[in-house]
Amino acid sequence: MVKKAVPFIALAALLVFPLVVKSDYYQHLMILVLMWVVIGSAWNLIAGYTGQVSFGDAAFFGTGAYTAGLLVTKLGWSAWWGLFFGGITAVLIAMPFGWICFRLRGAYFALATLALNEIMRHIATIWEKLTYGMLGILIVQTFASKLPYYYISLALAVISLITVRLVMRSKYGYYFLSIREDQDAAESMGINTHHYKMISLVIAAALTGVAGALYMNYMGFIDPHVVFSLHDISIMAILVGIVGGVGTQYGPAVGAFIMVAVQELFRTGGYGLISKLAKASGSETIISLSEFITKAHVMGFGILVVVAILFLPNGVVGDWNKITRLVLQKKIKGG
Amino acid sequence: MDLFLQALVSGLLRGGLYALVGIGMTLIMGVMKIINLAHGQLMMVSMYITFVCFTSLGIDPYVSLLICMPVLFLIGVIIQKYLLNPLIRVETILPENQVLMTVGIGMVLTETMRFIFTSDYKSVKTSYSNATFFLGNISFSVPLVIDLGFVTLLTWVLFWFLNKTDTGKSIRATAQDKDAAILMGVNSEKITYITFGIGSALVAAAGALLIPIYYLFPDIGGEFTRRAFVICILGGLGSTVGAIFGGITLGLAEAFGATYVAMEFEDVIGLVIFILVLLFLPGGFRRLIKI
Repeated sequence: MVKKAVPFIALAALLVFPLVVKSDYYQHLMILVLMWVVIGSAWNLIAGYTGQVSFGDAAFFGTGAYTAGLLVTKLGWSAWWGLFFGGITAVLIAMPFGWICFRLRGAYFALATLALNEIMRHIATIWEKLTYGMLGILIVQTFASKLPYYYISLALAVISLITVRLVMRSKYGYYFLSIREDQDAAESMGINTHHYKMISLVIAAALTGVAGALYMNYMGFIDPHVVFSLHDISIMAILVGIVGGVGTQYGPAVGAFIMVAVQELFRTGGYGLISKLAKASGSETIISLSEFITKAHVMGFGILVVVAILFLPNGVVGDWNKITRLVLQKKIKGG
Repeated sequence: MDLFLQALVSGLLRGGLYALVGIGMTLIMGVMKIINLAHGQLMMVSMYITFVCFTSLGIDPYVSLLICMPVLFLIGVIIQKYLLNPLIRVETILPENQVLMTVGIGMVLTETMRFIFTSDYKSVKTSYSNATFFLGNISFSVPLVIDLGFVTLLTWVLFWFLNKTDTGKSIRATAQDKDAAILMGVNSEKITYITFGIGSALVAAAGALLIPIYYLFPDIGGEFTRRAFVICILGGLGSTVGAIFGGITLGLAEAFGATYVAMEFEDVIGLVIFILVLLFLPGGFRRLIKI
């Protein structure tokens, strides 16, 4: 009973969040979290549920973002059309890719997605007439306030969670799971695995493309290295999935929150806390140590990847029982 | 014609080095069945070791092979023993956890090097870095020719090791059928980290050999990781002979692409080959030569 209510309570909290917390900074972080919920859910559908691990979500994300940006610069439309067309172009990229590459399995498929990621980035860099290459695309944001962006992101996040939920509760969901568990068995039961993998990929690509278009609208600037980034987008998407919980409904939502928070924690050096504390202590070595930590934020992020995979392979949601057991045991021992 | 021959020569010379990068990766792939996406980053570490040896100790890059190969061997063993092997025992839904782990390791390596050496471009300028000799109208870069010698030597040693020694035979047995190898009394866990160590040492050699004619910065690793997996796919995952052919093919393709298409397409060509091989020759050269 309580468990069922948690998503609704979370949603209610998210609805009032920007009305309570007026700080632009925290609203910005929450918008990012919600964007990652969309991408994470999409990744979770294709990788977590269907078992086809994608290392190239940035290809779809960047396609969506570039679609939104090019609609403005080339056609003079509003970038918000990108939310619709971004998803479509991402699907247009995903369809031939999936058709070719779904004959590959496991690690081969993961490599193919990685290659797609790289190819898209090179195209965006080299095809300067269309994409302006490394100059990137700059558009004027529609709203000065963060509130509209926040609610649009929230709506998209909710839509993507509902989409994944509906898909997984339908016949398709069971087909996806059967492909993940044993592709040959699924095939021998008469499931057209290629077909259903394509459906899963198309849904995932559409959602990721929409998230990309949202990014373009919100940030107002993109270039190939930002939106086709392997580390910042593709790997981050996997991390959101893994830290949250692979193959769980709300895992990506939890993962998105944790990952954005952690990334920001590393980037700002504990929200500036570390450097403040260091200055307060007055010791030279501690100050230089705090600078070291702040400078090494990407390294910290990498270490986090390593630690998360080692100790939380099924994510916070997937390993929830394990975590609670550990905490409870400590309490019992302590008490 | 001269242009063609020139592209051919520089492609072949470069391909030799790529082969060395690819062999390391394909060995790891063959035994552990994982794609080591930190491969280029390991090479980058070795390049920095060579750089430090050259600038502060004055050791010639070729001599520093003796330093960076053992160091990287050790790093490889540590990575496999303490970071990758524990993952085998963990139960997860996705089998790709180990691959993801190598990505994390790659990130840590890159950032560690960026932290120590900053993002600036570095290079090792030896007296022979720009030396060339001519045969007819075709120029041969002296360091690349020396490199090819080293590559041949190292490959020969590796094949001798794999074919003649007990450890080498155990490695091949584990790659063929892990369970059967364990039943025959092979300590497969030890084999995994020896293999990772050898793979790392080989790519370390490639890094040290490349540094006199190349530049160096922390993000260079990704470029070579990408090349390495293209080579592996080309040669057939797990096939060492295939990796040699794969490396040379990639070297040639890049050289011809840069000569006849355009410089900026050099990076794209590898990826195009990758997709073409997946489409028309899944399994790579291995399927053709049956090794």
